[in-house]
Amino acid sequence: MSGHSYDAENYWKANLRLIFGSLIVWALVSYGCAILLRPMLAGISVGGTDLGFWFAQQGSILTFIALIFHYAWRMNKIDEKFGVHEE
Amino acid sequence: MSQFAINIIFVGGSFLLYILIAIWAKAGSTKDFYVAGGGVHPVTNGMAIGADWMSAASFISMAGLIAAGGYANSTFLMGWTGGYVLLAMLLAPYLRKFGKFTVPEFIGDRFYSKNARLVAVICLIVASVTYVIGQMAGAGVAFSRFLEVDATLGLIIAAVVVFMYAVMGGMKGITYTQVAQYCVLIIAYTIPAVFISLQLTGNPLPPLGLFSTHADSGLPILEKLNQVITDLGFNSYTADIDNKLNMVLFTLSLMIGTAGLPHVIIRFFTVPKVADARWSAGWALVFIALLYLTAPAVASMARLNLMTTIYPDGTDAAPILYEERPNWVKEWEVTGLIQFEDKNNDGRIQHYNASESFQAEADARGWAGNELTVNRDILVLANPEIANLPGWVIGLIAAGGLAAALSTAAGLLLAISSAVSHDLIKGSINPNITEKGELLAARISMAVAIVVATWLGANPPGFAAQVVALAFGIAAASLFPALMMGIFSKRVNNTGAISGMLCGLAFTLVYIFVYKGWLFIPGTNNLPDTPENWVLGISPLSIGAVGAIVNFAVAFVVSNATEEPPVEIQELVESVRYPRGAGQAQDH
Repeated sequence: MSGHSYDAENYWKANLRLIFGSLIVWALVSYGCAILLRPMLAGISVGGTDLGFWFAQQGSILTFIALIFHYAWRMNKIDEKFGVHEE
Repeated sequence: MSQFAINIIFVGGSFLLYILIAIWAKAGSTKDFYVAGGGVHPVTNGMAIGADWMSAASFISMAGLIAAGGYANSTFLMGWTGGYVLLAMLLAPYLRKFGKFTVPEFIGDRFYSKNARLVAVICLIVASVTYVIGQMAGAGVAFSRFLEVDATLGLIIAAVVVFMYAVMGGMKGITYTQVAQYCVLIIAYTIPAVFISLQLTGNPLPPLGLFSTHADSGLPILEKLNQVITDLGFNSYTADIDNKLNMVLFTLSLMIGTAGLPHVIIRFFTVPKVADARWSAGWALVFIALLYLTAPAVASMARLNLMTTIYPDGTDAAPILYEERPNWVKEWEVTGLIQFEDKNNDGRIQHYNASESFQAEADARGWAGNELTVNRDILVLANPEIANLPGWVIGLIAAGGLAAALSTAAGLLLAISSAVSHDLIKGSINPNITEKGELLAARISMAVAIVVATWLGANPPGFAAQVVALAFGIAAASLFPALMMGIFSKRVNNTGAISGMLCGLAFTLVYIFVYKGWLFIPGTNNLPDTPENWVLGISPLSIGAVGAIVNFAVAFVVSNATEEPPVEIQELVESVRYPRGAGQAQDH
């Protein structure tokens, strides 16, 4: 990969963009909905408690799984697009 | 058949299975011993990561802490799953591309310095040994109950079993045994939960049962639980808390600690391709989530069951007589992990929160203090007994708890021993050591680690999951920042990384030792470990996140004040970012 082609740089930027977007969602569900924003979601009730509690004990975990699979899928596509995937 | 006999059959049977697999897949070469030949499928690998990851802390201890702390302890759930997002995106694929055996090896090469590698070895050993202390504490609880012996004897038996188990095979043996262990532990965890969820809510899926209606009262189960425990002066289970700073830092510390733990990272070296490393992280989290989605249901339902056992006629009526206590209480009393003291001499078990605000009601009812002390680490193991489930379910949970503790302890001992033999001895002290000598050094370091962990595990600095959380804080503050900067920055150099790791580690350890005792030796703490004494309300369990920030900051400042890394190192960073060519890296 020496020579730093233009594509190599764009590949890395595409990766960073995807990571950045994923981590925003990651922080939003855990630190946001489950902890800091919980008072704002207090009005939405879920099975004897509120939405913030659900995010803290279930919602965030489910979102994390979706995030990783989405990242793996998109990233493997990006690998192919830029021709850096392994055969 | 007696319960003791059933336990022996389940525990013995599952052990026999692991040993047979270990013999079948015995490690052939040094490389097999560390990374299992690099040919493991992502789903298989995900399952092995799951077993490696879910330890006594997740299996035995976590639900008990959630049961006691309610919403506030959701941090364990989010922290120990959210870290996989960081692993999948920030570390695993690039470390796989780099393609070496161990974490210190990467740090040593990337920061072109033997000292960096040495510092990484120290960080790894401190974090891993702390982690093993937590495992030993948990395994000790399990052995003491199922062999019906005192807690200390249980701990010693656990140490002997873990040691024998870990020296038998290396990673190759462990990968397949861990798949078997994952199956045993997940079945053991979910079956009792399904039964209990059916009993209480009629819903066979525990994660749905948690938000369903309690069949006896017609109230949502969480509302019913809140009502019962607040009647007895305890804090509400679902209520929001004030100290959000600590909750955020604790969650963050567990998450980045997850991504920095060497025994988990090492697993990503065993998949064939970089793309597979990404999938592996996803599959690992799926397998882990099966337990993590069940745990909060187990926590709330077990707490409710415990309360109904003590107050069979409701919280307004008198609690049960000590003479009529259920059998499981008697059996746990043998281990010393449940204790009863009849403070008001009425022969009944008063279990409540003896706080100032509850004083008036306690006086009115003639109660002279809380009389029942239940160790939180027993909740999951006692759970099937509390719910009156059949004997085979109790035997199953014994086998599961031990599988969880053993698989993780073995993985950690392997990480410690490879750090000592491969990074420390072969990497700097004696590069000409033979393969045989390297394996011998690996086994001796395992033995030393387990003796230290057992000795400290006899008086652990917290419940199993809390001790493990400390280990995560240490990994978060020391290894994660170095790994991440090694991949994402070309500017951070050897001096920066070394000073970052040392400052992060020292800062975190000092804060922990001030409250938990120096080197975790009981009684040597400078300040009592209570919220009033914590700086800004930050608990020693949460300090790892602050330590990580210190690490990043020091590394950046020092790196920018010193020279840039050499060109070949910048090219190395460049190369780990692109998956192509990882194939050859396997043959190091």
